[in-house]
Amino acid sequence: MPALTREETLELIQEVLEVYPEKAKKDRAKHLAVNDHDIEQSKKCITSNRKSLPGVMTIRGCAYAGSKGVVWGPIKDMIHISHGPVGCGQYSRAGRRNYYVGHTGVNTFGTMNFTSDFQEKDIVFGGDKKLGKLITELESLFPLSKGISVQSECPIGLIGDDIESVAREQAKALGKPIVPVRCEGFRGVSQSLGHHIANDAIRDWVIGNRDGDERFVATPYDVAIIGDYNIGGDAWSSRILLEEMGLRVVAQWPGDGTLAELELTPKVKLNLIHCYRSMNYISRFMEEKYGIPWMEYNFFGPTKIAESLRKIAARFDESIQAKAEAVIARYQAQSEAVIAKYRPRLEGKKVMLYVGGLRPRHVIGAYEDLGMEVVGTGYEFAHNDDYDRTIKEMGNATLLYDDLTGFELEEIVQRIRPDLVGSGVKEKYLFQKMGIPFRQMHSWDYSGPYHGYDGFAIFARDMDMTINNPCWDKLKAPWVKDAATAAAALAARA
Amino acid sequence: MALRQCAIYGKGGIGKSTTTQNLVAGLAEAGKKVMIVGCDPKADATRLILHSKAQETIMHLAAEAGSVEDLELGDVLKTGYANIKCVESGGPEPGVGCAGRGVITAINFLEEEGAYEEDLDFVFYDVLGDVVCGGFAMPIRENKAQEIYIVCSGEMMAMYAANNICKGIVKYVKSGSVRLGGLICNSRNTDREDELIEALAAKLGTQMIHFIPRDNVVQRAEIRRMTVIEYDPKHRQADEYRTLADKIINNQNKVIPTPITMDELEDLLMEFGVLEEEDESIVGRTAAQEAVAA
Repeated sequence: MPALTREETLELIQEVLEVYPEKAKKDRAKHLAVNDHDIEQSKKCITSNRKSLPGVMTIRGCAYAGSKGVVWGPIKDMIHISHGPVGCGQYSRAGRRNYYVGHTGVNTFGTMNFTSDFQEKDIVFGGDKKLGKLITELESLFPLSKGISVQSECPIGLIGDDIESVAREQAKALGKPIVPVRCEGFRGVSQSLGHHIANDAIRDWVIGNRDGDERFVATPYDVAIIGDYNIGGDAWSSRILLEEMGLRVVAQWPGDGTLAELELTPKVKLNLIHCYRSMNYISRFMEEKYGIPWMEYNFFGPTKIAESLRKIAARFDESIQAKAEAVIARYQAQSEAVIAKYRPRLEGKKVMLYVGGLRPRHVIGAYEDLGMEVVGTGYEFAHNDDYDRTIKEMGNATLLYDDLTGFELEEIVQRIRPDLVGSGVKEKYLFQKMGIPFRQMHSWDYSGPYHGYDGFAIFARDMDMTINNPCWDKLKAPWVKDAATAAAALAARA
Repeated sequence: MALRQCAIYGKGGIGKSTTTQNLVAGLAEAGKKVMIVGCDPKADATRLILHSKAQETIMHLAAEAGSVEDLELGDVLKTGYANIKCVESGGPEPGVGCAGRGVITAINFLEEEGAYEEDLDFVFYDVLGDVVCGGFAMPIRENKAQEIYIVCSGEMMAMYAANNICKGIVKYVKSGSVRLGGLICNSRNTDREDELIEALAAKLGTQMIHFIPRDNVVQRAEIRRMTVIEYDPKHRQADEYRTLADKIINNQNKVIPTPITMDELEDLLMEFGVLEEEDESIVGRTAAQEAVAA
């Protein structure tokens, strides 16, 4: 199917919105846009970070998901308590593929669920005494934990438990940081506010912990990787590139991150932000308080990697810049081989994405390296600064969508019939049943890493084995010979 | 006789618990089988019947036992003067947890354990001052109390609260069968108090079911953790409660209240001289400004 013109895309949006009642139509129209490179600010074409309409099957999460599931959860040597009834912690347990090294249950706790398991009496009488007791018990069971965070579930905000004073008291008793996080799920319109609240907790309870401690020996080449969640090992395949170009990665978080790394981050020279949406807040704070500059980078696909490595190197001296060039050169043959193998099989294929965080814009370059085109993209919980960044990455007249409803996503995919849809597990089987190849772009479909040069090889292989999988031919009924016969049969029936 | 469930509301400190217990003593004396359900974390709704300081509450016993499912009805239901059954929902100390949830949990427990299936004529819910959240509205939600009595006096805030409670009742009228049975005036000896409450009741579309005069014998009985009827059955105040009990037994006047606006209420208070005519020119002026003006 050839690319749509601007008018055709606008028409498609109108058709999709047709079924809605007037009020819903008006609201949803603001969240769907046609990309236009001439628009400088996305606020002129798209609305984001607004409350979802009831009943539309949004795929958004909540503030607790944003804090416990995204920002705090991967900090591996801390224990994260899901404070409240058991479900929130148990049903999100180990839900993200944040890889880490360590002995789970001994010095790392990433895939475990810790909860205060609220009962009626805890709601009625308050849960702060229980929280204190829980923390004391955790200390005797898991003495090697470096700290504890308290992730508030909804009831905590309703009954007004004073988790801050418990945290202060216990931190004093244990001599470890205890971090209260007010990420009650009902706050805000999506998980996005949870990221912000979690960032603020890092700011208030962790970042300044080593202020005035001069034992850390700094170098001019110290950097921190912030906002890489190490899905399938992403941070590891990113980190080696920075190290090979002569930088010292002092801290890498949240993915495979530690409390010590959080605390040491204000000692670095430059903060490198991969997921802007979830981690810009703390980066801005460190810039304000410690004067540490921060920059975004993109390690998906060789084009963007080389661009980012050069941009990062430009912040340092010539020796780093020379080494960055050497790194790019060293991996060139590897990348070219990947492209030579897969590009002929993927050339011209059209992709639609609907994910969160940074991916709706960051993976575009990687697809383009393989000769593919992203014809539609959108975010679950973006703000307009995300769309500002997306406009430049997407082709003119492509589709932008915000907080899609179940109906819209299905309908748009039906009409565009892309060669690949990239979204989450809830969407996966729907589109596969529609006969459209699908990749989970939250979890990398249990594969990865996708970051870095090594990740690109895996990314290319995965896209190929999904799109060119022989199973798609088998979806046709045996008595239907080909598309032409099918059309003729339909015509005959009509 | 079918079970009648009544809830008593009213401004904090107005004498709800004292009035309820004296009234219930009157009902019991008239041969009715009654249960009191205290819905206030203070748990002082049954002390005059049980001659105790404060009854052990459902929520405290549940917390000790582990969960409310670990309790038996016999653990929480006590019997006092004239065979009156007593239970307290209980709840947290001020400032922690959720007292409203305590009321919900306790009442659900009583229902599940069949506390209402016993041979009863009346259940009285004695509820915390204001309906501050959903939990304290529990007694007037579907299948619970069908009759509400508001205790008030001729003081402005008590009448203001009575009107507010009527607004709350209107909310639940749609989903249940709850009706307002009347205002009980617990006298504070203010001027023309009976007329004022009669007038308020008329505006709210209800009646002043009884005017209870002020008498120190109530306090004397209370010090002894007794109702007046038990402490001094021959006292004229005991007859007042007997009259109230009789009026409630025979009450046919159960209505959907018509709460009034703040302006209407203020007009009424001005009419009776409780509130002075408002002087708009002095609003927001400090003492210093007034001194300059003068």
